[in-house]
Amino acid sequence: MQERHPLKGEAITKELLRPLNQTPMIFWVAVIILGGILTAFAFAVGWMFYWGLGTTGLNTPIFWGFMITNFVFWIGISHAGVMISAILRLTQAEWRRPVTRAAEVMTIFSLLTAMLFPFLHTGRPWRTVYWVFPYDFDRGIWPDPRGPLVWDPAAVFTYLTGSTLFLYTTLIPDMALLRDRSTGWRKTLYTILALGWRGNERQWKLQLVAGILLSALILPVFVSVHSIVSWDFAVSLIPVWHASIFAPYFVIGAVHSGVSAVITLMALMRWLFGFHNYLREEHFDSIGRLLVVVATGWMWFFVLDIIFAMFTRDPRELVVMEQRIFEWPYAMLLAFVFVFAYIIPVPVWMFQRFRRNIKIMFWTSLMVNVGMWAERYWLILPGLERKFEFTFMWSWYRPSIVELTLVFGSFALVTFLLLLFSKIFPPVAVWEEMEGVNFAQDIQVGKRTVHATIREE
Amino acid sequence: MAFREVLGVYKDLDTAVAATDAFADAGFTREDFDVLTNAPYPEGAFGEDPGRHRLFMFPLIGAASGFAVGLLITAGTQLAYPLVTYGMPLLSIPPMIVIMYEGTMLGALIFTVLGVLFESRLPRLRLGVYDKRITYGSIGILARVPADRIDDAEKALRSVEHENIVSENDNGDVISENEYEPRGAQA
Repeated sequence: MQERHPLKGEAITKELLRPLNQTPMIFWVAVIILGGILTAFAFAVGWMFYWGLGTTGLNTPIFWGFMITNFVFWIGISHAGVMISAILRLTQAEWRRPVTRAAEVMTIFSLLTAMLFPFLHTGRPWRTVYWVFPYDFDRGIWPDPRGPLVWDPAAVFTYLTGSTLFLYTTLIPDMALLRDRSTGWRKTLYTILALGWRGNERQWKLQLVAGILLSALILPVFVSVHSIVSWDFAVSLIPVWHASIFAPYFVIGAVHSGVSAVITLMALMRWLFGFHNYLREEHFDSIGRLLVVVATGWMWFFVLDIIFAMFTRDPRELVVMEQRIFEWPYAMLLAFVFVFAYIIPVPVWMFQRFRRNIKIMFWTSLMVNVGMWAERYWLILPGLERKFEFTFMWSWYRPSIVELTLVFGSFALVTFLLLLFSKIFPPVAVWEEMEGVNFAQDIQVGKRTVHATIREE
Repeated sequence: MAFREVLGVYKDLDTAVAATDAFADAGFTREDFDVLTNAPYPEGAFGEDPGRHRLFMFPLIGAASGFAVGLLITAGTQLAYPLVTYGMPLLSIPPMIVIMYEGTMLGALIFTVLGVLFESRLPRLRLGVYDKRITYGSIGILARVPADRIDDAEKALRSVEHENIVSENDNGDVISENEYEPRGAQA
């Protein structure tokens, strides 16, 4: 049965707009800490641009290290946001209402952060502009659509554009709400973003249809993006990367880490903004159940990837696989991935009393993402740390302090952007909560009163 | 024929529905008024469906456009600057499918949002006859009737207990009887 919060009408609006009006001390503490990390991030980027990629641990033949690992990780995180939002809208799950906005915003900020890393990784990002745009008609240099490094930006750009439009469409009614209760620069901003919304029946009807239509369109894009990211690796001839299973494996891994990140974010919002009436234990319970299935699906593909690699009996595959499973440091990393991303969290999520415990859900979801970051590193690096045929290149990868700063900086960047968003826009969709109230009914069943919701077909 | 608008603002669903009944009793039809709210209500709460829309056409047009652009970029690139590899066909179909797919979806997404805005008649540069109370939870019944019947419409809206009546004069200026200055909840 759907649990119901006790508030109605204006009380809901006031509570959900509280983060915009009040700033707790912990917010400023977070801003200062994140600001410090972001300053270090900016310094590391500047340092790397000035001195070149030699300041990183990258060296022939290992050209993909922490930065590409981070790219894949953040693309993964970005996936669950819109996926959760889209699936819950399509299925008209009543408990979606407080979750969708935060999930969509997380998608956009993690995608932006992910996109930053291939640019940084070029060492001279400003040159990418004239590598790609405009097409060079004079010298006959065109980006070759046969290469996955052209598919990748196409997919990520589509996903970012789609997610942003999706978020904006659902933000319009809340912009009107804020337009009518703000002053100064905020009023100007919200008036522009509200586009003259008045909230007539036609607008509401189209808003609801758009939610379903955009959800149906964004879901195939979400699947394609991480499939295409996986093909960056899978269409190469690097052992252990060249695997046909990579696309679904990457997608399910992305869902695993992304849904966990949504839980982390929900717990933080509950604590920071006091949204106890909206982000309720039942939400953590529902997503926890979903995570048990997703995590087990991910584990299935994880094991299949190893089995398929060994099944080829290709000596190159076997050598790298042996290194990944039995040799230091990758054997330790493998154990770390297993324990953090599956062995500890999944048994915990099997019990309802743990799924309804916010602290436990927070820490286990965080644990999954630490494990999933390590999993991406474990997938990418060993294939490159070997002797290459013909060139006889051989090298080890040791990430430099610059790369470590970039990784920590990326986490600070996403968190900072989320905090900034929550100060300007409502982190929970106010109109969706109000809609829930309008559609709620109490039905008399015998002597009992049961909560019910009107569902339109 | 010139049309004019008048808005009645009601504090709850019951009085708003009573206003729509009074409006119907005055000889107006469902097409003559619109309901302004701060959140969707179940369909039919204020009478029959307010009209059809063509939103479903937009993603189809967008998808076709996106597909065409994807085809143009991929096929055009390979044909304009041919790179023959191992004597294989010049147009490499699988990579083309990837780009065309993304183009198709991008076109569909962009056109869907454009369709939502177009069908919702947004952006609207001037709010016109409107009251802030609506986003505070009140319900607005917005009558749009021929100018010669505006007095009848206003009378019908006034016949029920209301919070405000907003109308426009002959010059298009908005006149609000009872301006709302809310307390608290300022963003």
